[in-house]
Amino acid sequence: MSTPPNPAPAAAACADCDVYRAARLHKLGLQPGPWDHVVALAGNPNTGKSTVFNALTGLRQHTGNWPGKTVARAEGGFAYADRRFQLVDLPGTYSLLSTSPDEEIARDFILFGRPDVTVVVADATRLERNLNLVLQVLEITERAVVCLNLVDEAKRHGIQVDERQLTRDLGVPVIPTSARFGRGLPELLAAIAEMAARKVSGFGYRLSQEPPAIRAALADLTARIEQAYPGLPNARWIAMRLLGGDERVAEALRRGELSALAERAARGSEGVLRESSLPAR
Amino acid sequence: MNPASPAPAPAPAVEEILAQARRLREGIPGDIHEHLVESLYADAGRIAERSVSRPDRPARPTFDRTLDRIVTSRVWGLPVMILLFAFMFWLTIAGANVPSQWLAGILVENGHPWLRGLADAAGLPGWLRGLLVDGVYLSTAWVISVMLPPMAIFFPLFTLLEDFGYIPRVAFNLDALFKRAGAHGKQAMSTMMGFGCNAAGVVSTRIIDSPRERLIAILTNNFALCNGRWPTQILIATIFLGSLVPAHLAGVVSAGAVAGVALLGLGCTFLVAWLLSRTVLKGQVSTFSLELPPYRPPRLWQTLYTSVLDRTLLVLWRAVVFAAPAGAVIWLVANVRWGEGSVAEFLIAGMNPFGLALGLNGVILLAYLIAIPANEIVIPTILMLTALVARLAGVGEGAGVLVHADSPALVGEVLRAGGWTVLTAVNLMLFSLLHNPCSTTLYTIYKETGSARWTTLAAILPLGMGVTLTFAVATVWRFLAG
Repeated sequence: MSTPPNPAPAAAACADCDVYRAARLHKLGLQPGPWDHVVALAGNPNTGKSTVFNALTGLRQHTGNWPGKTVARAEGGFAYADRRFQLVDLPGTYSLLSTSPDEEIARDFILFGRPDVTVVVADATRLERNLNLVLQVLEITERAVVCLNLVDEAKRHGIQVDERQLTRDLGVPVIPTSARFGRGLPELLAAIAEMAARKVSGFGYRLSQEPPAIRAALADLTARIEQAYPGLPNARWIAMRLLGGDERVAEALRRGELSALAERAARGSEGVLRESSLPAR
Repeated sequence: MNPASPAPAPAPAVEEILAQARRLREGIPGDIHEHLVESLYADAGRIAERSVSRPDRPARPTFDRTLDRIVTSRVWGLPVMILLFAFMFWLTIAGANVPSQWLAGILVENGHPWLRGLADAAGLPGWLRGLLVDGVYLSTAWVISVMLPPMAIFFPLFTLLEDFGYIPRVAFNLDALFKRAGAHGKQAMSTMMGFGCNAAGVVSTRIIDSPRERLIAILTNNFALCNGRWPTQILIATIFLGSLVPAHLAGVVSAGAVAGVALLGLGCTFLVAWLLSRTVLKGQVSTFSLELPPYRPPRLWQTLYTSVLDRTLLVLWRAVVFAAPAGAVIWLVANVRWGEGSVAEFLIAGMNPFGLALGLNGVILLAYLIAIPANEIVIPTILMLTALVARLAGVGEGAGVLVHADSPALVGEVLRAGGWTVLTAVNLMLFSLLHNPCSTTLYTIYKETGSARWTTLAAILPLGMGVTLTFAVATVWRFLAG
């Protein structure tokens, strides 16, 4: 007697296999929308953002081994697990605090473009410096995935990064990759898809060592903003920017862009088709 | 709609929040930005400490460090850079010759008569055949055979260097010079982009956060020789300067001349940046940290693929798009009559005195007028107009028809018959470096600065410098020649 094959374990095994998961990726290149999810790609200069972008979209945006290669947004798409993702490659920046045009493009998109997932590409060989940007992004959004890129290079230099400890500390998934050789990309895709489908969420990292000098002021202003815009996910960050005298954010407040944000956040992003372009400046 | 969605905050609430922010800001000691950055760094350091482990052995000198010690050294950095680029020019010049002749043989020597025959067989009227076949087709074919081979060699070489990680080292070497000129060190990056395309270079100045230094970078980007001008430099250097020395040295001398012009452009960048930062664009020099990325082995095939698709074909396509209507214009000015001769002859005769004073001639000036949309078509235009004015028998087929010159040697014969000397060649190379940017770049400058005033300055400044320099060179040259 032969037992009928049980499909369930086989399917489960398949789901864990790289070949199977990578096969669910369809590179859509420059195909037009509509998109189910918008994914932003941020990171320090020269960490391989464009390489990740090309690997996922099948586009061949030129990658250069120097900081400052991408100064405008580049967009492409991919489909994974039956959902269509629009991927937006942002200019590489060291921080989101200053006001050079390339940093503004990146910051405005993460804040006002309200992507479903923000992937922060970090260089494993220079993790400490890269974390500065990661932490700033996490202040704005908890819907983030850290792509710990260049782990092969780090290994060559004898550097090991414990990505599980990092995940615990940052509160968002950290996926080690080597985008040049396509390593880790299936895991990255899975993490992006899970985050986009809201199966997981970060816990919302907050600066642990809040500067004592501004603690009281920050709490006061954050409370006021939350009162005016219930549901706004990053009131504390907005408060920080306003305290720092950021005119762009003040302007967004005056023009009502923030209330639009709060509204969208309240409605949730599932299945919402959005215009990905920023409000004209 | 969704009842849970909050109503937008009314305007008074916004103003109240902003006012409160201002009040609170005044109560905070020190710089808020600094407080934040400090606590960010502390957090990042703490987290990194917990997850990164490094080997506890003293660092051995690695390949990267050894190489960096040479290519970014105070003494060797600049010479190595100059030699490396000169070598790339030499490879381009030496390698482009044969495929250029081959392409010209197919497209010009065989393709053109064949198309003429086809037009005659189809019964096209003479003027239409002239406009389409002798004007549009021929100038396009010329642009392809002159430009494709050098670009197909130069761009992949440049891209390989870029992927390898050499370009940031160039920026590192130039940083101190840019600073001394009162410009931003990051301008080295936009200048490097400018060596590909000035319009792209102008866009890439967005990495500079100070508006003053960004304007300097935009205004001086045109001094980086763009790929529309490389073919002019390479061809003229090969024909006129390479032939001054024995054959086995020709390639080296032409490459040296092209490298010299590129260096002169770099010199002009520093000079103009220095002048601007001391006159109309005064201000502090900002500092920044430049990350030298590790050297990475370039991926050969992908590099070839992207540089051929992204740059070579894109630039070639642009050249073709501009060359086709320019070909029609050239044919028209050569064939529409004005009094005794054609419009072209009238214009050339009018501009000749001024051109000759600059060590150039009327043909070159008219060519630069026609070529404002794209520098790529300067050489074909000059050749067609020269053949027209010199009324060369046997090489041209009627007025405004591009010569069947399928090798640099033949091109040289045509130009010498048009009265060209070594002075004309040298000054053409200088003028090709120093004149107004192409219309695409000007439009980009206008978009990036949003100012007609700065755009006008960006056009007039290099043109004025070009006129002054060529006039000075011509005067000294003639004085020395007696």
